[in-house]
Amino acid sequence: MSIDKTRTTAGTAVDAPAAAADAAPAVDPRLLVREQGFAGYIGEFKRKMRAGDLGALPVVIGLIVICAIFQSLDSAFLGAENLNNIFVAMVATGMMSVGIIFVLLLGEIDLSVGSVSGVSSAIMAVMSVTHGVNEWLAVVTALAAGAVIGALHGFFFARIGAPAFAVTLAGLLFWNGFMLQILGSNGTINIDGDGVIGKLTTYYFSDVAAAYLLAVVAVAGYFLSAFLGNRRREAAGIPSRPLSDIVLRTVLLAIAAFGVAVIFNQYKGLPLAVLLFAIVLVGTDFLLRRTAYGRKVFALGGSVEASRRAGINVTLVRVSVFAIAGLFASVGGLFWASKIAAANQSAGSGDLLMNVIAAAVIGGTSLFGGRGRTWNALLGVLVITSIQYGLALKGIATPIQYMITGGVLLATVVIDSVTRKTQKSAGRA
Amino acid sequence: MVHVSATPVLALRGVSKRFGAVQALTDVELEVHAGEVVALVGDNGAGKSTLVKTIAGVHPIDDGVIEWEGKPVSVNRPHDSQNLGIATVYQDLALCDNIDVVGNLFLGREIKRRGVLDEVEMERRSRELLETLSIRIPSVRIPIASLSGGQRQVVAIARSMLGEPKLVILDEPTAALGVEQTAQVLDLVERLRERGLAVILISHNMADVKAVADKVAVLRLGRNNGVFEVKTTSQEEIISAITGATDNAVTRRAARTTAEAQK
Repeated sequence: MSIDKTRTTAGTAVDAPAAAADAAPAVDPRLLVREQGFAGYIGEFKRKMRAGDLGALPVVIGLIVICAIFQSLDSAFLGAENLNNIFVAMVATGMMSVGIIFVLLLGEIDLSVGSVSGVSSAIMAVMSVTHGVNEWLAVVTALAAGAVIGALHGFFFARIGAPAFAVTLAGLLFWNGFMLQILGSNGTINIDGDGVIGKLTTYYFSDVAAAYLLAVVAVAGYFLSAFLGNRRREAAGIPSRPLSDIVLRTVLLAIAAFGVAVIFNQYKGLPLAVLLFAIVLVGTDFLLRRTAYGRKVFALGGSVEASRRAGINVTLVRVSVFAIAGLFASVGGLFWASKIAAANQSAGSGDLLMNVIAAAVIGGTSLFGGRGRTWNALLGVLVITSIQYGLALKGIATPIQYMITGGVLLATVVIDSVTRKTQKSAGRA
Repeated sequence: MVHVSATPVLALRGVSKRFGAVQALTDVELEVHAGEVVALVGDNGAGKSTLVKTIAGVHPIDDGVIEWEGKPVSVNRPHDSQNLGIATVYQDLALCDNIDVVGNLFLGREIKRRGVLDEVEMERRSRELLETLSIRIPSVRIPIASLSGGQRQVVAIARSMLGEPKLVILDEPTAALGVEQTAQVLDLVERLRERGLAVILISHNMADVKAVADKVAVLRLGRNNGVFEVKTTSQEEIISAITGATDNAVTRRAARTTAEAQK
């Protein structure tokens, strides 16, 4: 489902071996007419596999393997309750991962997202619990603080010219200290479980219709946008995808969407956290791939000089991207606080930062910039959270968890590097 | 056929440029007409790049006048130059490897429909543009990284055409290209001329210059060292103008002796 839409029109050679056609780019474009219908789609898919354009396939296979292993170890793993817990628990890390994907697309890194998430939860807790401020106001302030902190990092990077790595490393330490300072001596502030924040991860739409409605909206929305987009392409006389292709994708999406809906309804219904995460994923994907702003972010990840000459305000885009990372770090911090029902001194520390970055990379975002989608956050964080919950279910301790997550990350980077090599030799680096 | 209009599209009159203690350009004159390819040649450090950058608005000139279609204009920023209708394709092509051909062509001037990128319209126009320029690439939807050097060069030139310029400046478009790819780029330069555009072509390659240029303007040490009609000039004459072979002890003595003989 995440095979890059923009590449599907590349077509495959009818009467020449696909690899050879790719290796000889001076070939006449008239040779590159894609076979019509379903056969062409399969041929295209095979060619992509050979050329190392694996897309989301390794992650999906990895996820299936992980599920199979843990299910064989403990049959409760694929139970509705455990799966629900995984889906809700992944949202905090996933939100932060969405933010870091923006930064990774620039080819930069933000090491401060963990600490910023801690600051956000601390600000929210201190304002609403200690000082009794309206909880919505506290939430908005915490989110704004995250965005401002991110923009500050972006300013030092983009305007002053300090390396983002160093700036955000300083931020990692500074904001952790800042959080401890505002939390004060007692260290932990418990949050009202029935408040706005408390409800974030505990509220479920108990009506079974909610989850199914979301699935219907998602599937219908996908089909309509793909179908209407295709109609416009046909009308404009440019290559379009065969209807069978769209239908196949829609069916795959429908199976996934309704499968998840059934799982939710077997437990307590559609979780609010998952709905919010889905909205964020759709929204950010739209922002990155359908707007001029997103195009600028990708352009900066490809070539800064080219972007500058194209009239892109490099400084502004960079600052805004770091502000987005800060904002989503802060969103993640609020979800984290909701999950543990408290803002405490350990918020944003431990393996959180590593998990956030690992989720983005495992999902398929390149560390070198210019390649990735926010949907990568969903797949990556599913892998990481599944491992965590699977091991916890078996009572396996944290040290082993760290080692396994590290191993998965390494495997992902290896797959990424190997496919990149294959892509180069097939002429589509 | 080359139709040369009376008023030059661009004319430089006595342009000078200093960088600190270095006089990079001194009283340089240059005229380019519509439908004409002017090759700008000269050794390394002769001031070709500086001259191009003054026209492109990267370096404002210190002295002299830049005339656009007969009227003096001031070009102080790259923006001024673009607004006049000057498109510059630099040697490093300034394309984004990770973005497809359509995205690169429209980078920084995306077509939007209700605030959203109009990919359909951009793709349609890209195909139209590449077709009119007879540019052949496998697909407009593959990333620039998958294209060869020559294909990247023609995409970069095509990109400059989107702003409907009247003058295109090409900075060493055939450097680092193979034989066939060079031919593709030269073909494209000829098509630009057929479309009535003025072209300034910077090149070190005399064969390319002889192949497509109508006039050759030689720069030497920041000064004009002659403008030649390509058809009536031999390659040796151009090269001697570039290297300054016409200006040495022997020629100076010959000039002196003839001057003395005339007294």
